[in-house]
Amino acid sequence: MGAIIKRELSSYFNSAIGYIVLAVFTFFSGLFFYMYCLLSNTASMSYVFLSMLMIVMLVIPIITMRSFSEERKQKTDQALLTAPISLTEMVMGKFLGAFLLYCICNAVYVLYAVILAFYTTPDWAVFFTTMLGMLLMGGALIAIDLFISSLTESQVIAAVMSIGVGLLIYMLDSLSNVINAEWFTSFLHNISFDAHFTNFINGIINLTSVVFFLSVIAIFLFLCIRVFEKRRWS
Amino acid sequence: MIEVKNLTKRYGGVKAVDDISFTAEGGEVVGLLGPNGAGKSTTMNIITGYLGATEGTVLIDGADILESPKKAKAKIGYLPEQPPLYQDMTVRRYLEFIFDLKKVRLPKKEHVSEVMEIVKISDVADRVIKNLSKGYRQRVGFAGALMGNPPVLILDEPTVGLDPKQIIDIRKLIKSLGKKHTIIFSSHVLSEVSAVCDRIVMINNGRIVADAKTGELSEAVSGSGILALEVEGSAGAVREAISAVEGVKRVSKGNGQSYTVEYESGCDIRRGIFNALAKANCPILMMRPGGLTLEESFLKLTEGGED
Repeated sequence: MGAIIKRELSSYFNSAIGYIVLAVFTFFSGLFFYMYCLLSNTASMSYVFLSMLMIVMLVIPIITMRSFSEERKQKTDQALLTAPISLTEMVMGKFLGAFLLYCICNAVYVLYAVILAFYTTPDWAVFFTTMLGMLLMGGALIAIDLFISSLTESQVIAAVMSIGVGLLIYMLDSLSNVINAEWFTSFLHNISFDAHFTNFINGIINLTSVVFFLSVIAIFLFLCIRVFEKRRWS
Repeated sequence: MIEVKNLTKRYGGVKAVDDISFTAEGGEVVGLLGPNGAGKSTTMNIITGYLGATEGTVLIDGADILESPKKAKAKIGYLPEQPPLYQDMTVRRYLEFIFDLKKVRLPKKEHVSEVMEIVKISDVADRVIKNLSKGYRQRVGFAGALMGNPPVLILDEPTVGLDPKQIIDIRKLIKSLGKKHTIIFSSHVLSEVSAVCDRIVMINNGRIVADAKTGELSEAVSGSGILALEVEGSAGAVREAISAVEGVKRVSKGNGQSYTVEYESGCDIRRGIFNALAKANCPILMMRPGGLTLEESFLKLTEGGED
């Protein structure tokens, strides 16, 4: 597993993808930080994080689009699948590789918090719960997009599908207005990333939300493993 | 060492591999020979655990590839038809990755350099794989298969697309590795298989059509031995003398003084023929085994095949 994580990370930075993702992430978070914190003299970074949700939805597909599809296209998956490692190790390695890159992207928030600390005392507790929320939500998205990447040989299809799914998740809350049924609205609310993430932004570590994101990660990684299992037998 | 039992693989309604069984003992080089689309790659993919078989089992040194995959896979070095190379890595980095992936417990630096030395890629160690020529890439893939010195090597058409010198190098390499490793390698180049392998398993349309030692293949195919002779003397006398020998099935006369004798496989008629012809006062000028060439056997077996 360690070998795969290491390879994933180095492949992001062997190509332009790692740098582009970092650049996009830093640019937009910097822009939002300037707009919402520095210009308006607030120490609360919640608007920065909320605005970044959209960017995260767009950036993560770029991170994961080639994870499995490229392996399949170049037939390098043969090296992984005939090596003495389990499918779980392989999928976890891919997941952790992508997740680590995402964590590196998120490190920039710490810098912003430190900048704020020069002027005022930021609410560190809220900052850390929000960071936890960002990581959990990102992890869940990475798992979903990895699953999508395992379905196709084409990076482009993987990216487009992932962005589509990301936007759908982003819009889930507003979709609840479309059908006016109690059960539907509450269902959408319960699976809405936005709603669960808001808990963290408010400084609350809600066990339900933590379990929700962890479950999404587990379910989609499991589905990913099943895809490989199925391919072997079909 | 490698035991393949009743392997069947169905893709939808099509049987790509149909009830294949063979074994390869330790230190044996087995050639999997067959036209394109015969099921060679599928068989190899099943042996290495990349694909699952519809029916049948594969044992690598006693370990079932399905029931204890980690144990079985750790014993295999696999070079697929298209080497699984990460284009963005340097050769050394790639081999180190494979080393870690296979969880090899040898000194890393030394082992990687040693393997690079064996397949002669030390001179490109720090070059990015995508910039390498086809021959080098093939050898990097080969190095990946050798990583960790696995007792079993599965090589899928390792010489395709190489120039003649590289082909000879790879063949020499396989031959020298065959002393320590059990090797299964596939090819549709007949001369290659006969040059390298101890045994040949011929596959056509997913079935095994012949499984014999390299030298005995033609006998196994035609069902009888063939001897080519040149004898001085009248045709009638020669024919009569040879036909009387026990085990001879048929005598046919070729150009001039040459004859072809077909005999029941398994018996040695050379002494009998020598004595009979000596008695008839017809001196033997030349006698040699005249079986089908490998090419002829191949064509005979794969007639009506896809190729």
